[in-house]
Amino acid sequence: MSVDASSSFIQWVIFILQQYWPVFLRGAEYTLLISITGTIIGFCIGLLIGIIRTIPVDNRTGLFKRVSMKIVNIILLCYIEIFRGTPMMVQAMVIFYGVALIYGIHLPILLAGIVIVSINTGAYMAEIVRGGILSIDRGQFEAAHSIGMTHFQTMQSVVIPQAIRNILPATSNEFVINIKDSSVLMVIGVTELFFQSKSVAGIYYKFFEVFLITSIIYLIMTFTVTRILRYLETKLDGPAVYTIHGSQTVPEASFRIVDREKL
Amino acid sequence: MENIIEIRHLQKSFGKNEVLKDINFSVSKGEVVCIIGSSGSGKSTLLRCLNLLEYPTSGEILYRGQNILEHNMSNAVYRAKMGMVFQQFNLFNNLSVLDNCMVGQIKVLKKDTREARNTAMQYLELVGMTQFINARPSQISGGQKQRVAIARALSMEPEALLFDEPTSALDPELVGEVLKVMKNLAQSGLTMLVVTHEMGFARDVANRVVFMDSGVIVEDDVPEVIFNNPKNERTRTFLKRILED
Ligand SMILES: Nc1ncnc2c1ncn2[C@@H]1O[C@H](COP(=O)(O)OP(=O)(O)OP(=O)(O)O)[C@@H](O)[C@H]1O
Ligand SMILES: [Mg+2]
Repeated sequence: MSVDASSSFIQWVIFILQQYWPVFLRGAEYTLLISITGTIIGFCIGLLIGIIRTIPVDNRTGLFKRVSMKIVNIILLCYIEIFRGTPMMVQAMVIFYGVALIYGIHLPILLAGIVIVSINTGAYMAEIVRGGILSIDRGQFEAAHSIGMTHFQTMQSVVIPQAIRNILPATSNEFVINIKDSSVLMVIGVTELFFQSKSVAGIYYKFFEVFLITSIIYLIMTFTVTRILRYLETKLDGPAVYTIHGSQTVPEASFRIVDREKL
Repeated sequence: MENIIEIRHLQKSFGKNEVLKDINFSVSKGEVVCIIGSSGSGKSTLLRCLNLLEYPTSGEILYRGQNILEHNMSNAVYRAKMGMVFQQFNLFNNLSVLDNCMVGQIKVLKKDTREARNTAMQYLELVGMTQFINARPSQISGGQKQRVAIARALSMEPEALLFDEPTSALDPELVGEVLKVMKNLAQSGLTMLVVTHEMGFARDVANRVVFMDSGVIVEDDVPEVIFNNPKNERTRTFLKRILED
């Protein structure tokens, strides 16, 4: 199919898609790669910080531990405030050119993109995780402590699994934001979807046509991600149906209980 | 009889509020002690101090003659020996009934999965909950939750079990099943410390009843004396009020 000045809008859209779909695809690949990796790493950063920031400190805690906790907390707080308080586009510039200036090396572009999204997400996730941990009933901690579990064991086996379930909607939100906001990484030359779209648009000066396609691709990505995470949420809630094993008289008998609230 | 726990001059303050004042008492092996007293008298705080969920301001808690408030015994090791059953059950919401009874054995006692499973099943059997091993805490009734909570505590094979008003959050028709389990445990020789408002249980099951008021132990005697012939005026007033409703 060929186009000229008299071609209709639809013809242009089809033409651009036919000619340049691999470019869009590569852009979308980068966008997804950066946002998935960034969200996962950011989630882990947030989890770690959340756990550290909720380590209990009371008047029986040793002086050394108390002082080091205080210092660590201040550092973490600075990190959170700085990365939540500045635009990611600016962070990208500062980190990318800062590393180049200080260490004399240019980070590979894709790596730079992932690093920036990760630490930016980490700052948001840290607060989300902390909120998630604080929202868990004190009784859960007390029960775990009463059978001799340490803070770390309590977190690992009891609190974090529940907190993760609770913060999954917020995490899914962060993920969607990352898919969209990774577009700002084009300022350091990351060839994600926005960057690629701009270069395609520049060939024929067809900005509307190209960016309409781009927005649909973004929408497909965000919609799919939200659905998948929603599905994961219901999975984590455990089965709505469970089987009761045996009975006192007939041990091999079993029947199923259906939890109507969940169906 | 051998003392499992001995408390000497235990004192606990929350800020300026002195909640426990010079508490002295001991529990020997196989004894069932019920703690009664009006709301705010410090019963829960005492029990929580025994499990170190609250840390005493001063005094000594001797476990088999060893002061656990000195740092010669890790808190985790000691806590595993003092099982606790809470008013609000506090089952781990993210784990199935069976896993609730296994997680502590695996993480704290470092048992392997099979051994932990066997022990858990043994105690779930004892409380009559083996049929529900796959259920989540949200899927069972309050009475069943409390029975699982008891099985969870027993699975750690503790030296003593502390109960803080185990039936107070239950619908009246579910109280019986939990008390029955506790009664069986008492008869099997388990050392138990029970904070309760169930005077019938205290009278029938306890070896000793401790009456607390405003942070002190007012009277500590066998149930017959406490209920039929209390020596202290405050005990008499309290029981009169309780037994009248
Ligand atoms: N964590 C805490 N911080 C401050 N004060 C507390 C705390 N826990 C308990 N108290 C206070 O200590 C006193 C005794 O409380 P406690 O819970 O031990 O009483 P109780 O005898 O168990 O009462 P109830 O029958 O209502 O459970 C109360 O006045 C309570 O307000
Ligand atoms: Mg209480």
